[in-house]
Amino acid sequence: MPIQTRGEVLDVKRAGAYHVITLTAGSIPDQARPGQFVAVAIGGGESGLLLRRAFAIHRVNSRGVYGGTLEIVVSVHGEGTAWLADRRRHDPVDIVGPLGRPFGIPRDPINCVLVAGGYGSAALAMLVEELHSRGCRVDLVLGAATEEKLFGVLDAKRLASTVTVTTDDGSLGTQGRVTDVLSEVIARASADVIYACGPMKMLQAVAEVASSHGLMSQCAVEESMACGIGVCMTCVLPVIGEDGVTRMVRSCVEGPIFRGDRVRWSDIGTVPVGTYGSAPLVEENS
Amino acid sequence: MTRAVVRQHMPATPEREPNVDMTARLASLALPSPVLTASGCSGFGSELDGFFDITRIGAIVTKSVMWSPRSGRATPRMAETPSGMLNSIGLQGPGVQAFVEKDLAWLVERGARAVVSIAGGSVEEYVRVTKFLREVKGISALEVNISCPNVENRGQVFACDARAASEVVSAVRRAADPAIPVFAKLSPDVTDIVTIADSVVRAGADGLSVINTLLGMVIDTDRMRPALGGITGGLSGPAIRPVAVRCVWQIRQALPDVPILGMGGIRTGLDALQFILAGANAVSVGTSVFNDPSAPIRVHRELAKALEERGFGSLEEAVSFAHRPEGYEYEGEPVE
Repeated sequence: MPIQTRGEVLDVKRAGAYHVITLTAGSIPDQARPGQFVAVAIGGGESGLLLRRAFAIHRVNSRGVYGGTLEIVVSVHGEGTAWLADRRRHDPVDIVGPLGRPFGIPRDPINCVLVAGGYGSAALAMLVEELHSRGCRVDLVLGAATEEKLFGVLDAKRLASTVTVTTDDGSLGTQGRVTDVLSEVIARASADVIYACGPMKMLQAVAEVASSHGLMSQCAVEESMACGIGVCMTCVLPVIGEDGVTRMVRSCVEGPIFRGDRVRWSDIGTVPVGTYGSAPLVEENS
Repeated sequence: MTRAVVRQHMPATPEREPNVDMTARLASLALPSPVLTASGCSGFGSELDGFFDITRIGAIVTKSVMWSPRSGRATPRMAETPSGMLNSIGLQGPGVQAFVEKDLAWLVERGARAVVSIAGGSVEEYVRVTKFLREVKGISALEVNISCPNVENRGQVFACDARAASEVVSAVRRAADPAIPVFAKLSPDVTDIVTIADSVVRAGADGLSVINTLLGMVIDTDRMRPALGGITGGLSGPAIRPVAVRCVWQIRQALPDVPILGMGGIRTGLDALQFILAGANAVSVGTSVFNDPSAPIRVHRELAKALEERGFGSLEEAVSFAHRPEGYEYEGEPVE
């Protein structure tokens, strides 16, 4: 079960275009599984920014000097993320977590290819550790617009068999997109499964490449949300269920990990015709 | 006269329960707490139960349920605004049958009080939902969400027209179990909320939920298009609190005896106290739950403390207290 706790900032450090924030977080680090996230309140109790911001749990340390700590990676692009990046040591932060369903972990030591766009790699670090500890082969593909917007490249090299980097501008690694190199990496690694985290368009492309190789992909989506705990109904996307029916499902509690072949990527931002409970077109206009 | 001053300098210790009877009388209900959740802000209750004991608050007001399952609107469904947010969810929900079998059954099993919010696109749909719920055990009250577009009247919102609002409320009242109070949830987007309040009370409403969201809009200046998939949305959060307090005040003035469930941007015990003093018999905590999932129980605690500090022995004594005549003296009055 997720908990709400008053954590404390231990450290804020820059990493390229991002800020890595270390927080004490009660029992959240002990419970956290790879792929889960936390929802952080912005400002104090009187803050005019009401909505929590969701961040993938990058790393946890459950036996640190300060008890359980966790790291989140913040990309400043608004008032809320700017506030977080401005925190100093010992500042209080209200944290809810761990939230969402974690990545599915294979029982057998199989070959896994992990793909991240931008700081999506933050959500994969715990997964790399977990897969590695189970004897899985891990190959990583990290892509971003520029070198500055890559995250965790050096770190990735520690446990991964190979790390392939792509940038849109060619400032590091192969110039192009992650999907330009993905087929090659899949072949080289004899991949059995694909894990991915990044922007929706990248996830869609990765899921398509995975399917074309007959592979299952597990994608961590980044949908904007207000609460993170399943009550606000804002973070929905159209997903095909076991029964073949499309439903608008909450990415916070039913996700954020979805099977790539189940998400109707092209229809995100719409309610596709035939979605469970969608009104006939006549009523939609009223 | 000096008693209140002494109390203000000696705040209650956190461990001690304030010595205030927090029973809220709301129509025929006697609730152990005057703090409820707000419809659409706490799902069906189960998501919040890990953050606080949901049986300890007044009731869970469930997300509005319609006859059929409903997908809701396309995303983006929300936009953050100064001290608030705009939402256009579009009443996504499982339909009344699945709601009763799964969600309501869970609440009843859990021992929580449930106020069931119902919605419809026509008077007939409200009645069908009500009749279905009539056979169901464990419902404390019905809240009629009349801020829905009427498909039979060019999408005109029921709540914005006294006649349409009365028609729905009277039909629901007749179809519902007579033992269960029916609350009408009013929209502030009207010229005179008292007229609507008066009409629905005459139509048989046992109480009023005041207020629903205000219709608002945000333009995304990067895309240069409306920020929400639904174009317009409901504004909620502390930004609307003064509007809500005003609505409660006006209705209380006009209708001294009508039970009022007050809501709109309540975040703290003192916010809740404003509503109580303005005339609410109980309050709902809505959008603040997104910010603080344990807000309902915290608001209850803070309200109890605030009442004690002001010398009230019970919540009831504070209801409508701001309406007292000039020169009214009371025990515990702060000394200037």
